[in-house]
Amino acid sequence: MLRLSRAVCSMPTRAFASTAVAAAGSGGDKLPGFVHKVVDEDVPQDGEMVEMNLFEAVNAAMDVALDTDETACVFGEDVAFGGVFRCSMNLMEKYGKDRVFSTPLSEQGIAGFAIGMAAMGSTAIAEIQFADYIFPAFDQIVNEAAKYRYRSGGMFDVGGLTIRSPYGAVGHGGLYHSQSPEAYFSHTPGLKVVIPRSPQQAKGLLLSAIRDPNPVLVFEPKALYRAANEPVPVEDYEIPLGKAQVLKEGSDVTVVGYGAQIYVLEQAILMAEKELGISCELIDLRSILPWDKDTVIDSVNKTGRAVISHEAPKTSGFAAEVSSTIQEACFLNLESPIQRVCGWDTPFPLIFEPVYVPDKHRVFEGIKAAIEF
Amino acid sequence: MFRLPALAPAVARAALRAVAAPGAAGARTAALSTGVPPAAGVGYPGAEEASFTTEFEFVDPETAFPMFQLMGPDGKFAVADDQRPAIAEDKELLLKMYKVMNTTQIMDTFMAKKQRQGAVSFIMTSYGEEATHVGSAAALTGDDVVYAQYRESGVLLWRGFSLDETMAQCFSTQADGGKGRQMPVHYGSKALNFQTISSPLATQIPQAAGAAYALKRSGKDAVAMTYFGDGAASEGDFHAALNFAATLECPALFFCRNNGYAISTPTKEQYRGDGIASRGPGYGIPTIRVDGNDVFAVYEAVARARTLAIEESRPVLIEAMSFRIGDHSSSDDSSRYRPDGERDKWAQVAPIPRLRSYIVERGWWSDDEDKELQDSLFADLMTAMRKALADKKPSLDEVFTDVYDELTPDLVAQEAELRVHLAKHGDKYDLGVFAPSTKA
Repeated sequence: MLRLSRAVCSMPTRAFASTAVAAAGSGGDKLPGFVHKVVDEDVPQDGEMVEMNLFEAVNAAMDVALDTDETACVFGEDVAFGGVFRCSMNLMEKYGKDRVFSTPLSEQGIAGFAIGMAAMGSTAIAEIQFADYIFPAFDQIVNEAAKYRYRSGGMFDVGGLTIRSPYGAVGHGGLYHSQSPEAYFSHTPGLKVVIPRSPQQAKGLLLSAIRDPNPVLVFEPKALYRAANEPVPVEDYEIPLGKAQVLKEGSDVTVVGYGAQIYVLEQAILMAEKELGISCELIDLRSILPWDKDTVIDSVNKTGRAVISHEAPKTSGFAAEVSSTIQEACFLNLESPIQRVCGWDTPFPLIFEPVYVPDKHRVFEGIKAAIEF
Repeated sequence: MFRLPALAPAVARAALRAVAAPGAAGARTAALSTGVPPAAGVGYPGAEEASFTTEFEFVDPETAFPMFQLMGPDGKFAVADDQRPAIAEDKELLLKMYKVMNTTQIMDTFMAKKQRQGAVSFIMTSYGEEATHVGSAAALTGDDVVYAQYRESGVLLWRGFSLDETMAQCFSTQADGGKGRQMPVHYGSKALNFQTISSPLATQIPQAAGAAYALKRSGKDAVAMTYFGDGAASEGDFHAALNFAATLECPALFFCRNNGYAISTPTKEQYRGDGIASRGPGYGIPTIRVDGNDVFAVYEAVARARTLAIEESRPVLIEAMSFRIGDHSSSDDSSRYRPDGERDKWAQVAPIPRLRSYIVERGWWSDDEDKELQDSLFADLMTAMRKALADKKPSLDEVFTDVYDELTPDLVAQEAELRVHLAKHGDKYDLGVFAPSTKA
């Protein structure tokens, strides 16, 4: 399969560079587009902090995992030299070729091999180079990893398994370097699915994923690998799985998203609050499976309106699950139809990316529709 | 001294290379030997050892991989007395092999009947392949991890899986370690180091490579042994597994049961190369093909493969040739796609009578003992089945457990929803078969 060169893939994209500029212009955080200061209580604030981008935070998490667990191994295509996105940089030199290694180019092999390691009680941190290429491993992940404990009556499990993979729009990724496949996996009991939005989140969530006694998929927003910067604790810390985070409190509408889309949502919220004079509540789901229904339900019961947004196509996307849950739990409090602002139901196109992605203008319209119904 | 091909490392590699180009002997060797070796430093990185040749030739091997055999269908050793394997004198071991092979067969017949009577939903027999199970299992140690496909129940029986455990799994009772969740014949045992069987074919093969890698890192003198059929070897996972195991230097044993059919599909429609064995050298894997109806050959091959795998941190491929005498499963009628008389022909050379001839000739076994063995096994099977039939199915507490290590909030809610439903409509379900809940 086609693989973009490192030089091409790891460059911040034009689309992203523009939001980063916008962020700088707004005088806020160094995270692209992020102006609301959020202190995450799960992230220790009192120890040493180092400014990191997202790939450095992923690297730091794997460094901690390898350092604290002798059974842990990191592997995948091109992992040994540092990875095409630099996430495993220097780890082979530090921990040895038997713990950080490149595999043959076969996703089903990577997943199957990782499952075998995990079944022996080892910690397997496998990388799929792009989420678009996780589908050859779908059988191993869905039929094997997810069902390993259940089908054996709990005799065996592959809890030591973590699969990391870059996901999402990157400006010019076309059909096979842009996909967001989380909904496929959200339909699979036995798996956990996590998507961080920032370097701090990436380190804490990845360490939780690696140590969680269940197989976990971690989709990393590749657009943020270099674009997102923030101070990250040097120490070992974990952010709990299955917990959403309210990034901004508000009273008129609940806006739900995850991953890189959070920055789009934030921009849309800034526009909506300014132009419509409303107050938006922004929630980062962080975990797709299992997901934090309570936080979303509590919020919508308060605001009475909901907008859910993701890059993945609309039909059967994860927003459908969130929407249906809100409708079941918040029926009496809903004041307008739940809005889903998603990618169109097409493959992810190259030149049409600017009109394919659910950008801030489309999200703004979604918020407006929820408010003005 | 007993000799086998592919022993010492250097010999193994030389043999491998020789086999890697079947037909290399003779004309082709001559052609290759005229090749011009690459000048120093200019060998292409993808095949550094290849020589140049000006003779145009498509490599299209015609010579078949040899099949290692020690004992023919008549129960007589095909090798000289002083070349017999050490186990030929091991009366205790051979009698255990014979008994476990018989247990497998008699259990199969018993369970197949029970399936026909509707007592159990599904069954798969191993007729004709008992020697591949027992011969290979006997050559492993308890530290060796086993990954099976589904037609390897003799391996578990060899390791000590009881008839009670077998019945508990097939009848989905509360005594089943798998908690009644999987179809019959999907055995597993933590105590016996036998990973639970799953239905998707070949998925266990790359898993065995990964398990072997972990075993190697742990410093254990152990291999991961994985079984699969000739059909499963067509799956992509087979390819991934062999390539990963070779490049990552995993002590994994890949044991292919080539029994001629994948359900109705004959091997002629499964592949056009020389079986599965011919693929091993392509991956850089030491490979041997054995007569799978000869328990001595299977044992020797696996024992030596195990030693090689551990000492050299390399995988080994073993292709055991046999014939699937029974139907594919209880849902299959093989007379619809196989010629009349074919299975009778193979029953003549089946592994059990072959070993029997040998132990009877040695005066270690008799007709009377056969009768006793059959009678006692039948009685044990009846006892185990009655016990399983009388036992409750697992408690409904187990519907939602083990999806994750702990119940998620959604699963807690769904379990509560089910209980509310059953409190209202319990009379519409046959709830009496389940063990009582341990929850308040």
